[in-house]
Amino acid sequence: MNDQALSGVKILEYCSTVTGAYTAKIMADMGAEVIKVEPPGKGDDARRHPPFAGDIPHPEKSTLFLFLNSNKLGVTLDVRKDEGREIFRKLAGDADILVEDGPVGQMEETGLGYDVLKEWNPGLIMISITPYGRSGPYRDYKAYQLNLANTGGQAYLQPQPSVNLDRPPVKPGGHLTDYDSALMAAVAIVAAYYRKTMTGRGQFIEISKQEAILNMQRVDTLMFANAGGVLNRSGKLNPIPGGGVLPAKDGHVIISAPEDHQWDALMKFMGDPDWSKEDWCRDRFVRAENAAEQKKLISQWMTQYPKERIFHEGQAGKVPVASVSTPEDLADSEQLQVRGFWSEMDHPVVGKIKFPASPYRFSKTPWQMQRPAPMLGEHNEAIYNHRLGYDRAGLARLREEGII
Amino acid sequence: MIEGKRTMNGGPLEGIRVTEFTSAWAGPYATALLAMLGAEVIKVESRKRPDYSRTISFTSGSQFSGLDASWVYDCLNLNKKCVTLNLSKPRAVDLAKRLVSASDVVAENMRPGVIERLGLGYEALRECKRDVIYLSSSACGQTGPEREYSGYAPAFAAMGGASFITGYEDWPPSTFLGDIDLRSATTAAFAILAALVHRKKSGEGQYIDLASRETIAVMVGDVLLDYTMNGKVQTRRGNREETMAPHNNYRCRGDDRWIGIAVATEDEWLALCRVMGKPELAADGRFSDRDRRIANQEALDRIISDWTVHHDSNVLSAMLQKEGVAAAPCMNSEDLFKDPHLKAREVYQTVEHPVIGKDWVVAPPWRLSETPAAITRHAPLLGEHNDLVFHEMLGMSREEIQALEQEEVIF
Repeated sequence: MNDQALSGVKILEYCSTVTGAYTAKIMADMGAEVIKVEPPGKGDDARRHPPFAGDIPHPEKSTLFLFLNSNKLGVTLDVRKDEGREIFRKLAGDADILVEDGPVGQMEETGLGYDVLKEWNPGLIMISITPYGRSGPYRDYKAYQLNLANTGGQAYLQPQPSVNLDRPPVKPGGHLTDYDSALMAAVAIVAAYYRKTMTGRGQFIEISKQEAILNMQRVDTLMFANAGGVLNRSGKLNPIPGGGVLPAKDGHVIISAPEDHQWDALMKFMGDPDWSKEDWCRDRFVRAENAAEQKKLISQWMTQYPKERIFHEGQAGKVPVASVSTPEDLADSEQLQVRGFWSEMDHPVVGKIKFPASPYRFSKTPWQMQRPAPMLGEHNEAIYNHRLGYDRAGLARLREEGII
Repeated sequence: MIEGKRTMNGGPLEGIRVTEFTSAWAGPYATALLAMLGAEVIKVESRKRPDYSRTISFTSGSQFSGLDASWVYDCLNLNKKCVTLNLSKPRAVDLAKRLVSASDVVAENMRPGVIERLGLGYEALRECKRDVIYLSSSACGQTGPEREYSGYAPAFAAMGGASFITGYEDWPPSTFLGDIDLRSATTAAFAILAALVHRKKSGEGQYIDLASRETIAVMVGDVLLDYTMNGKVQTRRGNREETMAPHNNYRCRGDDRWIGIAVATEDEWLALCRVMGKPELAADGRFSDRDRRIANQEALDRIISDWTVHHDSNVLSAMLQKEGVAAAPCMNSEDLFKDPHLKAREVYQTVEHPVIGKDWVVAPPWRLSETPAAITRHAPLLGEHNDLVFHEMLGMSREEIQALEQEEVIF
């Protein structure tokens, strides 16, 4: 095994939302040692989240859980019990980073606030991930992904484009919104860790999911303040040159061709239709005014051909066209195959799985699948016996008393 | 060895210097994140090839009145410095190399192959700076049959699998706007930081090949697993969620006003019935547990809509939150800008820009207790830091700089 970029970094994860788990996952995938703390008995909520391998609900078979927890170690611990809290403090005492995503104030009430933990470990970097941050009028508001897609500025713009504003705005598909805040959180954590490698000192980081999401919508959201105008999902204020989403024979393609040379390439690809030589298509600004009419004509042409053919032949002719990929298309993509986007995972319960790996290729410290997501309490012995010095009898007692 | 003065702004990356050759959104925002965390970022542009976002707003298609008048460029290039080098001239390439030899990180997002042809590829720059961390960001990556494919944010969303799963089941897939680029950018910033940690530990730099399309594909990773494990192709399903009901945006009073209500637990369901003033719903057999609510969610959605449509989305959200129900208005850019919570947290800030004047920007999304991230200055004017970088940092004489300007090397 090669050394990995974050090898040697020790992370304690005490999270119950997808965001916290994904934050720690992307660092675990880069080699950090992540100890995931789950409540005894039922474990992480994601273990009960469908779909499951083979469609059979089972705590080790949730696709979401398996995805979110690759490369982590897992222990069970009830921190509401005194000894559980002591154990948690010891684990935090040995960690570089603690990631938690509970409601504002929960850690403090449990006696595990940053002020307490830093006494044990001044080098600790602790991050609190909450829906709306730890201050301000909404600090105690509850929010699931849909709510945050609403208050982070995403949902108002989806679906894009919408020809019927009577239909409700939608959140982005899957867990995209949850992963957005996780990505932002991970950036701050690794920056703080880098700082720690020089000073030895830790710090407290606060991140609001709403603000993380809003940061990725920064250009759209600032349009109101800086240029006037409120974007909506109709696409009328922001027509995509070249048509945007278009129907193909067997699915959809997306074209955006803002530059003149790209538009020319698109017209050439379509066999230089007569209408494209008329005055209402003469330059990008005139074209922008007539985008809806062009879209109709381009659509008519596209529906004759399969999406993959349009994609590859169009790109060969320098048309910025993309095929709207389904999960099946991505699994079959030669490009992703050649680039090693997929990795293989061997899990004791679900067996071998083709697993999405990483979006970056590091020349010296590549992404590695070291181990699949932990089974519930899988590393209790390794952590409690071998690290914290409990003996077999001690471990049995912790189990009996429901502490682990 | 050129040391040069380093900017000190107190962020965690204080002392790190980045030289970048990026344009548009995905590249520039990656290094803007590092700049807000305290890194010194020097952007290399030229009058021949200014950053696209100086000239046009991709979102609205509107053109800016000059190369220093773009608020889009401003919000994507905060805290940076800018020098102009016409990289079609060999002497400009030499100067870029001198800059890199005094930097820790290089970032570029040209089409694969272009920067190598300019003489500024990874292998060439490793000669100037042995432990450089070099990130290339492109649409599909530097390798593979599709490496030269091009596209903008909507293409990454489509090729990455996000479009197919976003929207209504009975409608075409959705496109995305520039936020897709900023996801790629944030992923790039994370990758660079991880490489910095590795360099600190091992002394070695490395090359990072990042594909924007793949940054999106990993963000639908759990959906991909459903296919590789179960052969299921998940598609669009509006706001439906397999573990929650009700779970939708409901129409409120006013023009295009909506409230998102998401119910996961029995307590939340009972609280919602209470706030609606419909305790009988809690006893209704169609909705008595989560599975039944999911099975009957169309009927449930109609009942809730009939109630929400008479109310203001903000008032209703506050009422529901008070009772422990996760509710939130669907906010547009005006709502967000005027939101009291974001105001209290000082999320929208202004910078004084020499050409634009007062320009609104979004504050960095992290609050670090010891080494705070911050916006310290507006995005640079084109070539604003030529003197600072070439004269003060690299020690070139003003005469030499002037001569190079006349020869359109510094240009």
